Amino acid sequence: MSSDADREAKADHIRHLLETEGEAVETNTLGFNQGRYDSVAGLEDYDALKRTARAIKEDAIERLPELLEELRETVEANGGTVYLADDAADANRYIRDLAIEDEADRVVKSKSMTTEELEVNEALEGDGVDVVETDLGEWVLQVADEAPSHIVAPAIHKSEDEIARLFNAEFDPEEPLETAEELTMFAREQLGELIREADIGMTGANFVTADSGSIMLVTSEGNARKVAVVPDTHVAVAGVEKIVPSVEDLAPFIELIGRSGTGQDITSYISLLTPPVDSPVVDFDEPDVAFADRDDDREFHLVLIDNGRLEMREDDQLRETLYCIRCSACANTCGNFQSVGGHAFGGETYSGGIATGWEAGVHGYESAAEFNDLCTGCSRCVEACPVEIDIPWINTVVRDRLNRAGDDGQFEFLYDELVPDAEPGGLDLQKRLFGNYETLAKLGSATAPVSNWVAGLGPVRTLMERTVGVDSRRSLPAFQRETLQDWYDRRGPRRPASDADREVVLYPDTYTNYIDVERGKAAVRVLEALDVHVRLPDVPGSGRAPLSQGMIETADRKASRVYATLAEHLDAGRDVVVIEPSDLAMFRNEYEKLMPERSFERLRDGSYEILEYVYGLLENGADASELRSGNGGPDVAYHSHCQQRTLGLDVYTRAVFEDLEYDVLESEVECCGMAGSFGYKEQYFELSMDVGDRLAEQFTTPEASDRQIVASGTSCEDQLDDLLGRDAVHPVELLDPRSRQH
Amino acid sequence: MSVDTGSTTQRFEAALADLEVPVTSTDPSKFERTVERIAGEPAIGTSLPFPSVSLPDWVDDEPSPRDLESATTGITAASIGIADYGSVVLPATPSGAEQVSLFPDLHVPVLRESDLVADMPTAIERLGPQLREGHSAIVATGPSATADMGSLVKGAHGPKDVHVLLLEEAGEDDE
Repeated sequence: MSSDADREAKADHIRHLLETEGEAVETNTLGFNQGRYDSVAGLEDYDALKRTARAIKEDAIERLPELLEELRETVEANGGTVYLADDAADANRYIRDLAIEDEADRVVKSKSMTTEELEVNEALEGDGVDVVETDLGEWVLQVADEAPSHIVAPAIHKSEDEIARLFNAEFDPEEPLETAEELTMFAREQLGELIREADIGMTGANFVTADSGSIMLVTSEGNARKVAVVPDTHVAVAGVEKIVPSVEDLAPFIELIGRSGTGQDITSYISLLTPPVDSPVVDFDEPDVAFADRDDDREFHLVLIDNGRLEMREDDQLRETLYCIRCSACANTCGNFQSVGGHAFGGETYSGGIATGWEAGVHGYESAAEFNDLCTGCSRCVEACPVEIDIPWINTVVRDRLNRAGDDGQFEFLYDELVPDAEPGGLDLQKRLFGNYETLAKLGSATAPVSNWVAGLGPVRTLMERTVGVDSRRSLPAFQRETLQDWYDRRGPRRPASDADREVVLYPDTYTNYIDVERGKAAVRVLEALDVHVRLPDVPGSGRAPLSQGMIETADRKASRVYATLAEHLDAGRDVVVIEPSDLAMFRNEYEKLMPERSFERLRDGSYEILEYVYGLLENGADASELRSGNGGPDVAYHSHCQQRTLGLDVYTRAVFEDLEYDVLESEVECCGMAGSFGYKEQYFELSMDVGDRLAEQFTTPEASDRQIVASGTSCEDQLDDLLGRDAVHPVELLDPRSRQH
Repeated sequence: MSVDTGSTTQRFEAALADLEVPVTSTDPSKFERTVERIAGEPAIGTSLPFPSVSLPDWVDDEPSPRDLESATTGITAASIGIADYGSVVLPATPSGAEQVSLFPDLHVPVLRESDLVADMPTAIERLGPQLREGHSAIVATGPSATADMGSLVKGAHGPKDVHVLLLEEAGEDDE
């Protein structure tokens, strides 16, 4: 339950991170993200590789109990030990006992998020063991006493200058350190000494193969190689989900993990170790004994961690999280993460989009609640994920569960009568407001323009900010008294069904019907100009608004009603055309989770994004000269919608612009930052504007500043209006033969 | 998985060129001279499992921990080269090939041209039986590197440079 004070505290925290860490995080994540695009472009069949990887993980998690047994047998046959720890305390007890048995003074580690999850360093240090992180990023954080802000590059929030200041203050070197090169060589030397004298080497494992008992480590620095072979004892810590059946299963992951994460085709080292390894111990107590003359008796312990994972495996919604290979693509591609990093967009251990699943599963829902709302459902991570996890869905499910875990009954008396949702009484007011936007829009439209005057009044905005956290710095969309449907009923079709080539049901989404009626009219005129008979029946909201607030049951009810309304039209061979990409994404994606497969497929296959449909008409011989072309129209600065791109539909808008000879400059950002209701929320307003600034920068260059701003999503249009003070329109408004734009 | 252009050897060399990793082709008759040209001293190595060549005498092939720290060059065998990536597969041995390839500033992997494969799945298929027999290997691609200190630096905990020696053997030498 967020109060005004909670929202302000959250806004303060985000503002602080934007100021202190935002710049370094932005530079690094944008670099990784672009690297991913460049690197996967070099693959012959990226999608096939992802599908293979996904299938391997699905199979491995399905067969996990059996693979666990097989792995135990192979590791023991190889001469190692396997310990399956129930939880962090159990794992730490086992590792501490090992250190005591070995009389270990020092443990050297390579980077492992799973050991962060266990907090094994603190456990060992409590026994007086010196624990040294040898990954340079992790070491910087150990020296600075900070937590990772990224699961792959833990210190990305720190700049070269900051690290130099930290090292110079901490180590007081003879010559002050300045460059990355100097800092790296200094760290290499310091850590080299510490590794020399270590008693135990501890690594994680990116993958573990059941057939050979091997672990795969993905690294670039070489520290994991040293940690694994210098001391005589190797402890590898891995979540149980890291097990795959065989060595051969590793190939697609080797090809995907570096590309997906830091945008490298492959990292410097892929260690494929079958411990205890053949390599000799590097014993500096016997510095002159040749390796070839040694006869080492190496010790190897594989500590497998359950800590909630086996329960996640039983959970139909969270299970997909276990397919995650911790590559960080979902973090790097996320607009919000690019601005604030993992110190805001993360829980106790994990950060980025998929972290919601991890935190809910291993630390509990409270940890996930800290950052779950930062996922706006833009879905850009879905295509970035090398194992095709529907990360926004996991975030939605966790949000729904958090809503339901709220304080039941507090506002029940007040709201249950007023709002038509299916959610528990304790639901956060802000979420309930945005989740029931359709009801609000109906009411606002029916009472416009009075509703707009009232909503625009200073005291009302202040009250709205205090009670439901609608940021008073945002301009509110104005409701139209005459809805799109009213207009169409009054006007009637201009292309009768009898002489039309096709029949279309134009979906009157909430925003188009009540607020941006003009783009709806433009869509009608464009379709009619291309010989299409248009119908505009009364169809309910798609459920996108409640779903984005985690109100799954409400969304589910809406989905059923939408389908009930459209089924007959589909059966009659009419095409469903949708203007708002986030609503089409419901039909094409989320409805799969909300309705029977056959119903989902029927609606999915029968519905189209408006420009996708226009493209299809033109390809099939419709007369393009009926539309306004780039010769009569303005030059364009175009921002496609995040979900539109994930669905692969941006290509059609681009193609139509090209056919009609528009001069188009396209944005290169993942998301505008508005994301439906997100940018209206008081606690996220500044973050939303920071994400939007990356888009604004591209559209205020000399090349772009005189162009007509065009965006496919309503919230993108609103965000661009706010960012640039220039009116943004939908692509279909450009094509409208009656268009008044320039 | 990459788009197939040119011979396996050409693609391997092109991938290494992208990584700015030098590669020198040699044959058994010129092997020692080539090593001499590439390697600095002191150099350490582990014996090469190839019948046609062996390490020059001046390369210490029975190194100790002390040698590991003083050597500037490490020479070891690579069992497979992967054309798509410019990677070399470095098998771990009881004689310390893993350490020799890791500690000195320059690593010189010796790879027979006949051990080149086109892509990653082929390499991993070859490695499968070896791993199942208990062996270990590193798929190494270029020198060690880090970006953790604010910008990319070559040579973190491992070698700063890699120079691949590609050994062309005549058919009759290839036993």
